[in-house]
Order: sequence, then C-alpha cells, then structure tokens
Amino acid sequence: MSRTTAAIVGPGNIGTDLLVKLLRSDAIEVHSMVGVDPASDGLARARELGVRASAGGVDWLLAQDDLPDLVFEATSAKAHLANAPRYAAAGIQAIDLTPAAAGPFVCPPVNLDTLADAPNLNMITCGGQATIPIVHAVSSVVPVAYAEIVASIASRSAGPGTRANIDEFTQTTARAIERVGGAERGKAIIILNPVDPPMIMRDTVFCAIPADADTEAIAASVHAMVERVATYVPGYTLRAEPQFDGPRDIWNDRARVAVFLEVKGNGDYLPPWAGNLDIMTAAAASVGERLAPGRKATA
Amino acid sequence: MSEPIRITDSTLRDGSHAMAHRFTEEQVRSVVHALDSAGVEVIEVSHGDGLGGSSFNYGFSLEDEIKLIGAAVDEAAQAEIAVLLLPGLGTVEDLRHAHGAGASVARIATHCTEADVSAQHFAAARALGMETVGFLMLSHRVGPDELAAQARIMVDAGAQCVYVVDSAGAMVLGDAQARVAALVKEVGAEAQVGFHGHQNLSLGVANSVLAVQNGARQIDGALCALGAGAGNAPTEIVAATFERMGITTGVDIQGVMAAAQDIVQPFLPRLPFADRSAITQGYAGVYSSFLLHAERAAERYGVPAHAILQKVGEAGYVGGQEDMIIDVALQLAAERDASPAAR
Repeated sequence: MSRTTAAIVGPGNIGTDLLVKLLRSDAIEVHSMVGVDPASDGLARARELGVRASAGGVDWLLAQDDLPDLVFEATSAKAHLANAPRYAAAGIQAIDLTPAAAGPFVCPPVNLDTLADAPNLNMITCGGQATIPIVHAVSSVVPVAYAEIVASIASRSAGPGTRANIDEFTQTTARAIERVGGAERGKAIIILNPVDPPMIMRDTVFCAIPADADTEAIAASVHAMVERVATYVPGYTLRAEPQFDGPRDIWNDRARVAVFLEVKGNGDYLPPWAGNLDIMTAAAASVGERLAPGRKATA
Repeated sequence: MSEPIRITDSTLRDGSHAMAHRFTEEQVRSVVHALDSAGVEVIEVSHGDGLGGSSFNYGFSLEDEIKLIGAAVDEAAQAEIAVLLLPGLGTVEDLRHAHGAGASVARIATHCTEADVSAQHFAAARALGMETVGFLMLSHRVGPDELAAQARIMVDAGAQCVYVVDSAGAMVLGDAQARVAALVKEVGAEAQVGFHGHQNLSLGVANSVLAVQNGARQIDGALCALGAGAGNAPTEIVAATFERMGITTGVDIQGVMAAAQDIVQPFLPRLPFADRSAITQGYAGVYSSFLLHAERAAERYGVPAHAILQKVGEAGYVGGQEDMIIDVALQLAAERDASPAAR
C-alpha cells in the first residue's frame, strides 16, 4: 500500500519537530527535508533520522521524479508566497505554517472537512490553533458578538520572525477568530514572558455571550472541544472550569465566559514548555493525516 | 543641572488604571487644559494598557481613546500629546489612528527583556514623524547591564529616549540610579534616558531625583499620583522638589498644584494609597496595574488580593498577563476548598 508522501520545506525548529511527528504517522511517508543552507543542523538531523535531505531548496524538490503529494512549509511568509504558486503548478497540496495566509485558514477540529480540496491551507498562528477551537465551541451554542484571546508564551519560544513582526500575529489571529471561530469581532493579544524555567504556553479565551445564555450547554461544548484538540495535542488541558460572569453595562449588557487553557508540548524535538510551537506542528500533522486518505481515494 | 528636565504627565494614561479606564471627555479636557497652562510639555493620553487596551482582559474604556486623544490635542495650546503602545496588544494601525487624531509622541513599551518586539513600531512612528520614547517595563527584573543592552536595541530601532520604568514600584534606593547610569553610558548622546516611578514603596519621587542626578532627562509623573498600584510619582511633588533642588523643568509649581487639587482630586474614586496590596506589589515586584484586577478577583473568588499578588509575583508574570490573576485566584480558591479547615 502506498502512503501519502510529504516533504517538509524549512529545516528549522518547527520543521524538525514536525519531522519527528510525521515519522510516527501511519498515514504519511516523509518524502524529504528541504533547506537552502548546506551547513544546516536541521538537514543533518533529518539525515540522522534516515530522511533524504537537500540544501537545494524548492528547485531541488520540484526537480525530483517522485514529487510528494503534500508539502509542509515551515520557512517564512515571504518564502512561502514565492513558493506557493510553484507547488500549485506542480499539483502539490501545501500546508503552510508561516503567516503568509496564501490559502484559507484551517483549524483541524473546526473547518478542515470543508477545506480538504484546497490547494493551499494556512495554519493561522499558534495562538489561533490554541484558542479558535474554543471560540468555535462557544459560537456553536450561542452567538458570540466579540471574542478576545490572550496567548502567553515563553520568550525563548518566540523566534526573530515573530518578534520583528508581532502585529502579524495579533492581526492574523484576530481575523481567524472571526472567520473560523465564528465571532462577530475578534481581538488577539500576545505576551512574551521570560521567566526561567520557561513558562508553559497559556491561553485565555473570553467570549461575550447573551445575558440569558445556556451556560451548561456552553461548558459542555467547551469540554467536548478540549477533548477533540487533545487527540492531536495531548498536553491541551483546561486549567479550571469555564468561568461565567453575568451581564454588565460596560459589556453592552452581555455576559462573559472565560476559558483558561494550558498547552504543554509533546517534547518531540522542542521542549514541553514550547506548547505554542507544538500545537502548530501537531495541528499541521493532523491536517496532513486527514488529507491523506482523501488523496488516496481520488488518486 | 543646567539643561532643563522634561516632565511627561501620565495622569490620563497611567491614571486610567486607577479610574478603571472610565475617563470622560470632559475630564480629559480639564486636565489637559490645566497641565498645558502650567507649562507641562508632554501629556500622555491612552487606555492604561496603551492603544488598543480596551478589552475584557484589561477593562473596556468608557470613551473611545482616539476620541479622547483628539480632545486632548484640541485642548492643548503648547503641550505635545503622547500615546503609549504595547506591541502584542496595540498595533501600527492603532498608532496611525492616534497620529491621525494629532498625537505627536509615541511611547513604545515592552517587558524589560523583550525590546526587540518594538522595532516595527519605532520604525512606523519615525516614518509618521512622531517623537519616540522606549519604555522598558518592570525594569527592576534585570540588572543594569542587561537593561542597557535592551535600551540599545530600542535606540537602534529608532527610540529617541529610553525609560527605566519601575512598573512595580519595586526599586529601592540604588536600583534606579544604577539602571539610569547604565543606560546613559550605553546610549550616550544618541538618545535621552528617562525614569517612570511608582509609589508602592513610596520612593517614586526620591527615585526620580536620583535618576536626574544620574543623567535622566525625562521624568514621568501623574497628578495626585493617579496611577496603577499606589500611584505614580506625583507630578506636582516632582516639580516642586526639582525646583527646590535647582533642577529646571519649566513647569509652574502653583499651576500643577492647583491642577492636582482643584481638577483631578474632585473626580477621583479614591486617592492612590499604599495599602497592603499595593505594598505587596512593590515588595514582590508585581506590575502595578494588576491591583484593581486582583481586588476584583479577590471579591469574585473570596481570596485575599495581597495573596493573589504575592503568587503573581512568585510566578514571574509580566505586564499584560492580567488573565493570570483570575487563574491564580481560582487556584487559591481551589486550595482553600481542599484544605481540612474548609471542610
């Protein structure tokens, strides 16, 4: 039986962590790890794991006789925007872990089923992957006029790309809270905390809900969603029961639910506190796995 | 001490915390008018957590801050209107809106170890032609040399002044001047150095004096100390003390004293005061604006505010992590309910 094949472009921390996850997958066969720097540690690690690795970039990848079915892009938004049309022309479906947002936003437990045929899928942001499932869990019970998320991550898990363009995180996540999470209006906040030992990723989701909302139904929906996310991110847990506060005039007479989450990484390549990076690679791997059977059926 | 020291008044920004972000346009106009008439050169107006701070996590503003900034600009005859922006919360788009409303000084604030998240905001502010100030929050958490290295990052990104910000009011005598001196040595003539003090250990004014004696050129204050925690170094006391020490500020002492007593004091819900919670913030090094949030969580979950703040300090939470206050209160409530005494 031939499995779906997938290349990883970008042999950095994210690409390497993703590689470890994909090597465990029954549905996906790793095609190759692709970079641009012959001296890259990530390419050397891939070779050590028995994976074909090249510093020849996307030129090398697209020159292969056996093209992969999928490519995971873990480079930069700029690189992905340049590469995306080339993957599309070659008929390779792209799962984009950069902020490029060349394709629609995907959050596996929320909207993957409707996007399986999209040539390019964007993984939003780490904070988006951690919180949008919860916004959706609430908005599937009651209308959510406004949702706000606060993502706290360890300073050491925020790379130079994130730091140089932090507005990209807040704006992209806010848009996805609306489009994918189902809130009328979204807001995202990211905090970098340098405490040592590093803090495990924490996320808080606040949703404005109707004054007479069925709080039991919302809480049940949140619990069910946490279980679904935990199937691909085992360290995704509620810190406490969802907290409900009654309506206030400053909240336009709406009530509020607050959900407190911890995202502990699997420790595959990145340390467990880097839950923000783990949830990206785990969600991307989950997208790849769920696309895989579909591809075989239509092949 | 011949060069004048510039005082920036933050009543309408840091004071927003103490007002639960409920300033009215009328209050803003009257405070700006009084400060402007008293010769204060820079007046900061924003949500307490900076542009875009109106939120569940930090508290919703009663009035849209862009409207308040516009009113302040309209009211000021000579003063520049400054805004605060915390990258990760506020964005360049927010800065453009504030600039469009007439704000001319951009103060970009990061945690004291995370200066590199400010680069795009400094670049945008300079491109807009705004004066720029960097704000290294919770500066007590790192030593002078590490802080100076972070100041260097901000200056290289376009900051024209970098502040040592004692967000927790935690600096005891010696701490502020060592940090100010290290920053002055690092940035030299490339940028000025400033100091922003809080009163949690009642050293805001003393630290401001020591900062100036060590080379700081810009000092923050707030009328009636209106600000987070036990409040800020009071503008009227800083100005009066500086004048007695022969430090020129250009501020009319009678004017700022009148502004504090006749304009601000009448609308205060309570005078800033170093109660047990506020002292705990200074003692445990906790971000001052956590105070009212801890009080609300204390009331909601029946655990003491000072105990919440102590835990928050131990956990090393930084500015912006107000959500963790509820999380800590929930933990304390769970521990209380699980203890034998509660059964």
